[in-house]
Amino acid sequence: MSAPARALIALFALGWALLLAAADMDYGLAPEKIADDTWVLTGRSEDFSFTNGGNIVNTAFIVTQAGVLVIDSGPSRAYGEQLRRAIARITRQPVVRVINTHHHPDHFLGNQAFAPDTLAALPGTIHGIHTEGGSFNDNMYRLAGDWMAGTEPVAPIHPLAAGPLELGGHQFELIALEGHTGADLAILDRSTGVLFAGDLVFHDRAPTTPHARLPAWQASLDTLEALPFRHLVPGHGPVANDAGPIRQTRAWLGWLDRTLRQAADEGLDMTEALALPLPAEFRRLAVVDAEYRRSVGQLYPALEQQTLRTGKARE
Amino acid sequence: MNIHHAIAVAALALGPGIAAAQTDPLDSPRWGDMKKEFLPAAARVVFDERVRVIAPLTAENALNVPVSVDASALPDVKEVLVFADFNPIARIVRFEPRGARPGLGFRIKLQQSSPVRAAARTGDGSWHVGGTWVNTTGGGCTLPSTGSASPEWQKRLGEVSSRVWPKKEGGERIRLRVIHPEDTGLAAGIPAFYIQQLDLADAAGTPLMHIEGFEPLAENPVFTIDIPPARAASGYRVSGRDNNGNAITATIEK
Ligand SMILES: [Zn+2]
Repeated sequence: MSAPARALIALFALGWALLLAAADMDYGLAPEKIADDTWVLTGRSEDFSFTNGGNIVNTAFIVTQAGVLVIDSGPSRAYGEQLRRAIARITRQPVVRVINTHHHPDHFLGNQAFAPDTLAALPGTIHGIHTEGGSFNDNMYRLAGDWMAGTEPVAPIHPLAAGPLELGGHQFELIALEGHTGADLAILDRSTGVLFAGDLVFHDRAPTTPHARLPAWQASLDTLEALPFRHLVPGHGPVANDAGPIRQTRAWLGWLDRTLRQAADEGLDMTEALALPLPAEFRRLAVVDAEYRRSVGQLYPALEQQTLRTGKARE
Repeated sequence: MNIHHAIAVAALALGPGIAAAQTDPLDSPRWGDMKKEFLPAAARVVFDERVRVIAPLTAENALNVPVSVDASALPDVKEVLVFADFNPIARIVRFEPRGARPGLGFRIKLQQSSPVRAAARTGDGSWHVGGTWVNTTGGGCTLPSTGSASPEWQKRLGEVSSRVWPKKEGGERIRLRVIHPEDTGLAAGIPAFYIQQLDLADAAGTPLMHIEGFEPLAENPVFTIDIPPARAASGYRVSGRDNNGNAITATIEK
């Protein structure tokens, strides 16, 4: 197909998507009860698009006797508002806490829909939203269009520290980790055995790495696997009842790290690293080709630089 | 009948070889302007798959798009010009393989989705053009470099890091990075500041590759150059300068 024809079709698709979005910007959020008091909203295993409006992320809430705890607020103001209404359909308890697991846009851009006093995150996440939230938001407008209408980044005011958190009879453990970003919060509800892993764990969808440090991420996965959980809510992909998604994420990150290090050690150009074949075991991960391409762009420059030596300037 | 149509019909009348040469396989409305701007009016110009331009179909990071050009399937390549039709500054890099293989790996900034093309001139004076589309959400050319915002890099300006690898099929690969902000001059208040010339030679001073850089090369550009077995040497050196006259010199030891 010719490029102008492609562009025309893309333009048509764009116009159509905008029309659809303007007519009915409904994410169709359907909370699913996975344990006592515990609901999860599972996003689609896709890239951000005009069609999904950024709903590629998992959010969750726990209804306690002292109010509702929300974990991540979604990719837009509209998502946050629809999440709030979905909660109100299930309980009359007010939302008393909204926790952002980390500073990626699909996990906090719904914050506007909630009272500022309820918003909380690790200090590193709050800092990340302050410094990068604006550019994330601009980028989401490019990728999701009208779904983002009126969305602005809102950083939580309450810094969280690792440790136990009691709320309405639920014994939560806040676990401060890192590796997917500089500050990744996992939350274990000891009362129900549900582990909310944030983006430290992906399930049947290739992990994203824009702020990743792979060795730290691997260590965090070890910490998570050692926790006493019965249900696992990954940041992206379906809920599981075992550590399978942790092992899947570890296998991908391990392969990615080894492969790119070896490519850099052998002197491959970035275009050659991009052309390396993906092992069959990872072909079933959603959006694996796109995430591999993005990960090479994000991780390869530093790895190849480690293989180069600074030469003496000639006098 | 408009002029383009008339030319196309005339070309068709001249036979299939010439007609094929007139039809841009990348179907870009800018091709005519590119040809007029960068290639001599009288030159024979053909689209030729032997000139390979390898780049990702989609580039999320418009500031650092990897591109490899390989014209080694052509005989007697004298020079190669690389350009992107829709970049505000279309010219990216020009190189003369004076002993190195006629190919080059590098990184570029793209302002928007565009064909990225390489035009290789062979000894008979004809130009062979290959290329590929790169899609991007863009903005790469009008953003300031990270270097221009930081005082740290100035101490390292022009610093070269490099390494030589033996190639399995014989010969050697050289990869080198130069610390340079590569500012395009299109970001408000930041003048154009970029590497204009880099020459790679063997330890004895015999030339291997001459590179002329332009504004769209990426910040701290990384180059990949392959040396055929007959020209592999005990060591190499690189010398050059940027548009402000700052010298770049380094030895590349094995
Ligand atoms: Zn994330």
